[in-house]
Amino acid sequence: MVKLLLDGIEDPSIRYLNGYRAHGGYQSIEKAITMSPLDIVEEVKKSGLRGRGGAGFSTGMKWSFLDRKSDKPRYLVCNADESEPGTFKDRYLMEKIPHRLIEGMIVSSYALGVRHAFIYVRGELIWVAKHLEHAVGEAYSAGYLGNHILGSNFSLDLTIHVGAGAYICGEESALLESLEGKRGYPRIKPPFPAVSGLYGCPTVINNVESIAAVPWIVTHGGDAYSKIGVDKSTGTKLISASGHINRPGVYEIELGLPVEEFIYSESYCGGIKNGRALKAVIAGGSSVPILPAELILKTASGQPRLMTYESLNDGGFTSGTMLGSGGFIVMDDTTCIVRNTWNLARFYHHESCGQCSPCREGTGWMEKILHRIEHGHGTQADIDLLVDVSKKIEGNTICALGDAAAWPVASAVRHFRHEFEFHVRHPDQVTAPNHVANAAAYKYEEITHAKNND
Amino acid sequence: MNPTFSESTLSNINRLLSRYPADKRKSALLPLLHMAQAEFGGYLSPETMDYVAQLLTLRPIEVYEVASFYTMFHKQPTGKYVLEVCRTGPCALNGAESIIDYITRKIGVTINEISSDGLFTVKEVECLASCGTAPMMQLGERYIENLTEQKIDDIIDRLKHGERLDIEPNPENSILFRSCQGQSNG
Repeated sequence: MVKLLLDGIEDPSIRYLNGYRAHGGYQSIEKAITMSPLDIVEEVKKSGLRGRGGAGFSTGMKWSFLDRKSDKPRYLVCNADESEPGTFKDRYLMEKIPHRLIEGMIVSSYALGVRHAFIYVRGELIWVAKHLEHAVGEAYSAGYLGNHILGSNFSLDLTIHVGAGAYICGEESALLESLEGKRGYPRIKPPFPAVSGLYGCPTVINNVESIAAVPWIVTHGGDAYSKIGVDKSTGTKLISASGHINRPGVYEIELGLPVEEFIYSESYCGGIKNGRALKAVIAGGSSVPILPAELILKTASGQPRLMTYESLNDGGFTSGTMLGSGGFIVMDDTTCIVRNTWNLARFYHHESCGQCSPCREGTGWMEKILHRIEHGHGTQADIDLLVDVSKKIEGNTICALGDAAAWPVASAVRHFRHEFEFHVRHPDQVTAPNHVANAAAYKYEEITHAKNND
Repeated sequence: MNPTFSESTLSNINRLLSRYPADKRKSALLPLLHMAQAEFGGYLSPETMDYVAQLLTLRPIEVYEVASFYTMFHKQPTGKYVLEVCRTGPCALNGAESIIDYITRKIGVTINEISSDGLFTVKEVECLASCGTAPMMQLGERYIENLTEQKIDDIIDRLKHGERLDIEPNPENSILFRSCQGQSNG
């Protein structure tokens, strides 16, 4: 198994500077300061590294958009506001190997011409912020931060900043607003942060995992990185595995691993808990479309589904999903999809910042409709209304939270419509413990009935 | 009485401010509100928010609008211990609902209420990035993971008896507001 990001994690001393250095840590800085900043940007482009926060946009391209002609200071901000349900990989990396992120911040800042960088850590992860603070102190003492780093002309200050609880601050422009001491309201784009970001200055915002991959790329070269993985899904990815599995946790996988192997291999999730059957998976954090077992293991055309950006997206949203943040939530055959969807809809309603009416109002509508279907008060028309509301949110908001709220609902109805219909038609049964099994049987009857009518 | 930070907190605040560009002091608002909440009774009263506004030379409304936006800032008094139990997605799949029900029944409170002995408030919160160790809750600066009824019994009984939990953060780690060396950005 290839380990780039979690290399050395079995050694607890890697949390501290000496332990990290014993594993080859901070060597990329020595190499970086002998290179030109633009050459490092080229290496990152060549590596094919894609944003690990969820969007999957080329990190090298994002860097190349930075306005280098402006006479304003440039900023690098690391998005460590990890809040997407099902995702806990950044927390794990920062907790166990904080120096890998700090080393990444230093070489990335050098490449981008940044003098002051920030790591925005979600407020609840206060002890993680403290680990990082400690590590930053060690890095200053060792001459990796501060003035004239390793005797070069490159100087950098790194500030650890804590948020205060708001999912929306994971959206990059909301994060900047928050870092400026304001409400986390996403900004209208353009201008993009690369031109006008933090304090109105050119800014790059990258996810923890993306930045932590940069030292390896600088040390070994972009070509070497691009040889790991398959096609346009290069390198390794941290997957947060949760739900009804035997071995939940964070796994570093080489992109291209078959989904089936990831779920059932003893090296990863170790199969479904209590010997139950797999029902559904949300593969990339709660925002991405849910897929039923048959579509997560194989694409609609019968190909084995792989853990890559392309394979998970095969079939678009009709029969596919997204790699997203790598928050892999597994559900067994006892899971009520209606209840799970209501739970997520409530989350998005709670987290909507309220700027855009479609999201502010629409997320509330979806939560209410799902609540009444789940509790036996829904109608057939409610199911269509739900899909209609989700379509009216999607694409009509300043930021992607609207889409993120719409997709789980629309996909749940798309793939599990029979379960919603069962709730509507058998309101007396929705509180029965076996109603999930009955809903599955209901699907079977419907299909048999349809076939007999052919 | 008007809130006033202790001398040691004030010196921490000066170091905190040194980590942001000199003309961007407002950036320190969120960390400063965390410090204020910790020092002034576990919640942000209007007087506390006015004091923070004055320290950062902001208009009070700039502080109120921020305090009301972020869920970690409590606008009402809470119990001495705030148990913030995750209710989202993977935690729900792993029994968060029955755990929340168990905690509230054990303490004898409803959600957001303060227990009659003043010790506890139970809150339902959204995903805390701890999905692999569900169900879980936050208590102060710590996460308590893989919750079971037995674990909850143990924690609540120990807190009631004023015992220190071994899960409490190690004080020597409390260096969050150490300042940057070197020059500030300009």
